[in-house]
Amino acid sequence: MLAVKEIKFSEEMLKQVDEIIKRYPEGKEKSALLPVLHLAQAEFGWCSTEVMDQVASVLNIKPIEVYEVATFYTMFHVKPVGKYVLEVCRTGPCCLVGAEKIIKYLEDKLEIKEGETSADGLFTVKGVECLAACGTGPVLQIGPEYTFYEHLTTDSVDQLLEDLKGRKQ
Amino acid sequence: MAQKILLKDIDVPGIETFDVFRKQGGYSAVEKVLKTMSPEDVVEEVKKSGLRGRGGAGFPTGMKWSFLAKPEGVPRYLVCNADESEPGTFKDRYLMTKLPHVLIEGMIVASYALGANTSYIYVRGEMMPQIRILEKAIAEAKAAGFLGENILGSGYDLEIYVQPGGGAYICGEETALLESLEGKRGNPRIKPPFPAIAGLYGCPTVVNNVESIAATSWIVLNGGDEYAKIGIGRSTGTKLISASGNINKPGVYEIELGLPVEEFIYSDEYCGGIANGKRLKAVVAGGSSVPILPANLILRTVNGEPRLMSYESLADGGFASGTMLGSGGFIVMDEDACIVRNTWNFSRFYHHESCGQCSPCREGTGWMEKILHRIEYGHGKMSDIDLLWDVQRKIEGNTICPLGDAAAWPVASAIRHFRDEFEWHVNEPKAAMEGNYGLAHYADPLPVPAAPSELVK
Ligand SMILES: Cc1cc2nc3c(=O)[nH]c(=O)nc-3n(C[C@H](O)[C@H](O)[C@H](O)COP(=O)(O)O)c2cc1C
Ligand code: SF4
Ligand code: FES
Repeated sequence: MLAVKEIKFSEEMLKQVDEIIKRYPEGKEKSALLPVLHLAQAEFGWCSTEVMDQVASVLNIKPIEVYEVATFYTMFHVKPVGKYVLEVCRTGPCCLVGAEKIIKYLEDKLEIKEGETSADGLFTVKGVECLAACGTGPVLQIGPEYTFYEHLTTDSVDQLLEDLKGRKQ
Repeated sequence: MAQKILLKDIDVPGIETFDVFRKQGGYSAVEKVLKTMSPEDVVEEVKKSGLRGRGGAGFPTGMKWSFLAKPEGVPRYLVCNADESEPGTFKDRYLMTKLPHVLIEGMIVASYALGANTSYIYVRGEMMPQIRILEKAIAEAKAAGFLGENILGSGYDLEIYVQPGGGAYICGEETALLESLEGKRGNPRIKPPFPAIAGLYGCPTVVNNVESIAATSWIVLNGGDEYAKIGIGRSTGTKLISASGNINKPGVYEIELGLPVEEFIYSDEYCGGIANGKRLKAVVAGGSSVPILPANLILRTVNGEPRLMSYESLADGGFASGTMLGSGGFIVMDEDACIVRNTWNFSRFYHHESCGQCSPCREGTGWMEKILHRIEYGHGKMSDIDLLWDVQRKIEGNTICPLGDAAAWPVASAIRHFRDEFEWHVNEPKAAMEGNYGLAHYADPLPVPAAPSELVK
C-alpha cells in the first residue's frame, strides 16, 4: 500500500523550485507552475487539494490559479491513482496496429475498466491520446519518469506487469 | 540516396553527445553567424532558403522572422514548439532523442537572428526523457562556451530553458502554448495581436517548430540558395515524415520534398509497402487534422498526375480531391481499416482536446463524436450522415483557433470520399459490427488503384 506522506515540500524540493523560478524574468514566477506541479506529483503521487495548496503557497499565487491549471492538463491526476499509472495510447494510428486489443487485455487481466485502479492499488489503466510514438505502437508510458514501452503485445504486457509487481518499495 | 540535412549523422555512434557532434562539424553554424554575420544576414539567408514552417501551417520561416517587432528596451523571445501532439506525428521526439544538439545549435542561430537573449523549448510533458536529454545537451553546450554570456567572445548572450507541458494537444497552438508557458490554462488567444507583436509576457515572440529551427544551421552554413535548390518549386528543402499504420517499415524518414507518394509508400528505402501483403485503402498524409484520401487519390491527382510529397502537390485539387502536407504525419491504412471507426476515434480526440472556449468547437466536436459512435456501433440513421456533414460545416471557420477546422476536416473528407462505407454501417449494422467493408467503392468516379504488386514498377 501507499504510505501516507506529509504534504510538505522538502528542503531539496524547495531548492529545485528556486532553480526553476530562475528560468523566468522577474515577476513571472507563475511560469514555474507546470514544472512545479510535475515535481509535486512525482513526489506525492497525485495532485490532491493539499498538494495544490502547497504549490500555490510555494509559488506565492492563489490556490484557484493552481486548481484551474491542474484540472486543465491531463497529465495531472486530481483523483487518487494506483502506484503505477499505465497510460496507454488509444488514438487512431496506434489503433491501426492493435492498441484497442491491448487496452482490453489490461482491463480483463486487472479486472477493471479503463480509468479505474486495480484492487491491490498497484495499477491504474488510463487511455490517453497520441504519445508521439505512433511508429512504434501500441505504446504505453509510466510516470513519473514517463518511461515508454513500445510495440506492445499481450506477452510483453504480462511481462511488464510481473516486473512492476516485483519492484521494491 | 536522397540528400539528408537533419538526420545526416544519425547513425554516428555517440552523436547525442557534444563531443561527437562537434567532431562531426556541429556548432560551426554558431561560429559562422556569431563571427561573420549580422542578425539581418541570418534572416536574409533563411528567407532565401524558402524554408516553410514544419509545424503544420507551412508559413515561410524567414518572413515570420522579419515580422518580429523590435521596440527599444523590450526583450524578444524565441519559443520552440516541441509540443508534438498531432496524431501520427513523432518526428520531433525522434530528432530530440537522437540528435539533441541539432536542435540546440539551431536554437542559438535562430535566437541570434531574432535578438533573443532568453529562449524556451516547450516540450510536451510526457516527453520527460527527452526533456532530460535536452537539458544535458544545453549544459554541455554551455560548458563548451556556446551558451551563456558573451558567446565565443561575440558579446552575444543567450540562455535556453526547457519547459514541460502538461499533456494538452491544444498547447501546440502557438498562442495556447504561450499561455501555458506563462503558467495558465492553454486557451488560445484571439489574434491579432500576433505573437510577433505581443507574445510571451506581452513581448515580441517567434514560435517555431523543432524541425524548422533545426534546419536553420544548415541553411546559414551552406547558404539559403543551396537549400532552395533541394526540393521542388516552393516546397524547398527536406522534410521529416513520420510514417505509421499498416506499413512494413514505420518510422521517421527525411525526404527531399517532391518525392512521389507512390515511391514513399512502396519503396524499400521508405515505408516498404503495405504490411502483411494487404492492399492500400487510404492515407492521412499530414497528421490527423488533414483530409483523408482514398488510395487512388493519394497516389494520383484527379488529372492523373503522380501525387508528390510537397505542399502544392498534396493540396492539388483543394479539399475536393486533395489534402495537405501538414506536419508530415503520414498514416497508412490497409483494406482492413474501418474508416468510420477511425473517424470516430479522431473526433473523440478533438472533443477531448478542445479547450472549450468556443461553442461550435466545444459542442460540435462532442456531437460529432456521439453521432460517429452511434453509426460505428450499429445505431445510426441515414440522416445522421447528413447531420454529421452539417455539424462539421458549422464548426469550420467559426472558432478562435484552427482546432475547430482540424476537427471538421477529417469528418468532412471521410464522408466525401467514403460515404458508401458510412451508408453500409447504417444499412447493415450487424455486418458492420462483425466484419469490415474492405476496399471502398470510392465515391469518386476514379478507377480503384491496382494491387500493390503492380504498382511497384
Ligand atoms: C491545435 C493545434 C495544434 C498544434 N500543434 C503543434 C505542434 O504540436 N507542434 C508545432 O510545431 N506546431 C503546432 N501547431 C502549429 C503552431 O500553432 C504554429 O503554427 C507552429 O508552431 C509555428 O511553427 P512553424 O512556423 O515553424 O511551423 C498547432 C496548431 C494548432 C491549431
Ligand atoms: S477552436 Fe476549440 S480549441 Fe480552439 S479556442 Fe475554440 S474551443 Fe478552444
Ligand atoms: S497514435 Fe499512439 S502514439 Fe501516436
